[in-house]
Amino acid sequence: MVKEIERAGFPVVHICTVTPISLTVGANRIVPAIAIPHPLGDPGLDREEEYKLRRKIVETALHALTTEVDEQTIFEVK
Amino acid sequence: MAKYKVVHYVNQFYGQIGGEEKADIPPEKHEGKLGPGLGLATALGDDYEIVETIICGDSYFGEHMDEALPVITKWVEEIKPDLFIAGPAFNAGRYGVACGAVCKAVGELGIPTVTGMYEENPGADMYKSDTIIVKTRDSAAGMRKAVPAMAKIAKKLAEGEELGSAEEEGYIPTGVRTNYFAEERGSKRAVDMLVKKLAGEPFITEYPMPIFDKVDPAPAVKDLSKATIALVTSGGIVPKGNPDRIESSSASKYGEYSIEGIADLDPSNSETAHGGYDPVYANEDADRVLPVDVLREMEKDGEIGKLFERFYTTTGNGTAVASAKKFAEEIAQKLKNANVDAVILTST
Repeated sequence: MVKEIERAGFPVVHICTVTPISLTVGANRIVPAIAIPHPLGDPGLDREEEYKLRRKIVETALHALTTEVDEQTIFEVK
Repeated sequence: MAKYKVVHYVNQFYGQIGGEEKADIPPEKHEGKLGPGLGLATALGDDYEIVETIICGDSYFGEHMDEALPVITKWVEEIKPDLFIAGPAFNAGRYGVACGAVCKAVGELGIPTVTGMYEENPGADMYKSDTIIVKTRDSAAGMRKAVPAMAKIAKKLAEGEELGSAEEEGYIPTGVRTNYFAEERGSKRAVDMLVKKLAGEPFITEYPMPIFDKVDPAPAVKDLSKATIALVTSGGIVPKGNPDRIESSSASKYGEYSIEGIADLDPSNSETAHGGYDPVYANEDADRVLPVDVLREMEKDGEIGKLFERFYTTTGNGTAVASAKKFAEEIAQKLKNANVDAVILTST
């Protein structure tokens, strides 16, 4: 899906946990996530901390979308 | 005493530990055969004994590959089996990747390895050069055929017999070319193929061209504060009640839903339809898969121009690549018509 949407001309950032799969399917901008059942959350944290964590991942994703890349790139969440 | 010792790898489901709620268990070992190992043992015959079954949760493996692999290879090294079999994984993505990765690591110890999966399993493309992957159907309904096919190849490997071509033996081509003596010389074979081609008859090339299907990265977003960002997910987030009945696996459709006026996803308005991961966390708070809450706040603060008023969703487990492609083409067209600038796609 990432590839077909990008083929239509949109920059796409793929947020996912198993990044090797993302590389195999051909995503160009990749942001590693937390876990398979909760990629953008961590039920172990309190709500406020969890929200902060999710915000960081989304910020990294937006950073990826505004960064020119010429090959598949993984953007680590800092 | 059996002549050949076998170690078998399975996930938490086939290891009879549990379903998705147990997908996060670390590797454990079990003496003897278990689950699909029973059929495998019969197919392998009396000269073979499955001495140990290693079980690992699919999510655990996917999330902690670097920790799980050394544990598993250490256990295998202690046993020094003559053969290592993983799966079959059919079209289960996480399981396929695990089977492939484990076979690759065990293969590096000099032990022959075999696994089985459906051609579209992402693990197949990732590991086809590292192990023998027997072609199976896309679901466990193919178990009865997969097990004898895997056993047949496994025995050849253990006994040092040469494997025939991928085509003859039914495994996924490894990309390794092997010399052999053909009955007819190359020029005649080439002309025969040409004649068949001209006559519109089927023929098998001896040199299939690799298919490269890379999509170049699209240009970056210039100004986020003016950009409309759309959310797409293969994680199966749907409005409460799953109004379009999107299937929990092997989806035949995707959904297009409005998030206009929704600032936060919660159990009153959203849930997951996905059957390939433990749904507890996403049902509690679907923002964990589809970050509507964060993007709404960023929209309000002017960090992004706009969160697109609709999102697109399907369940990515076991879904045929052809279906996913079709969904995405349609979604892309809709996003184009709506002048969306960029897409965040989340996967579980």
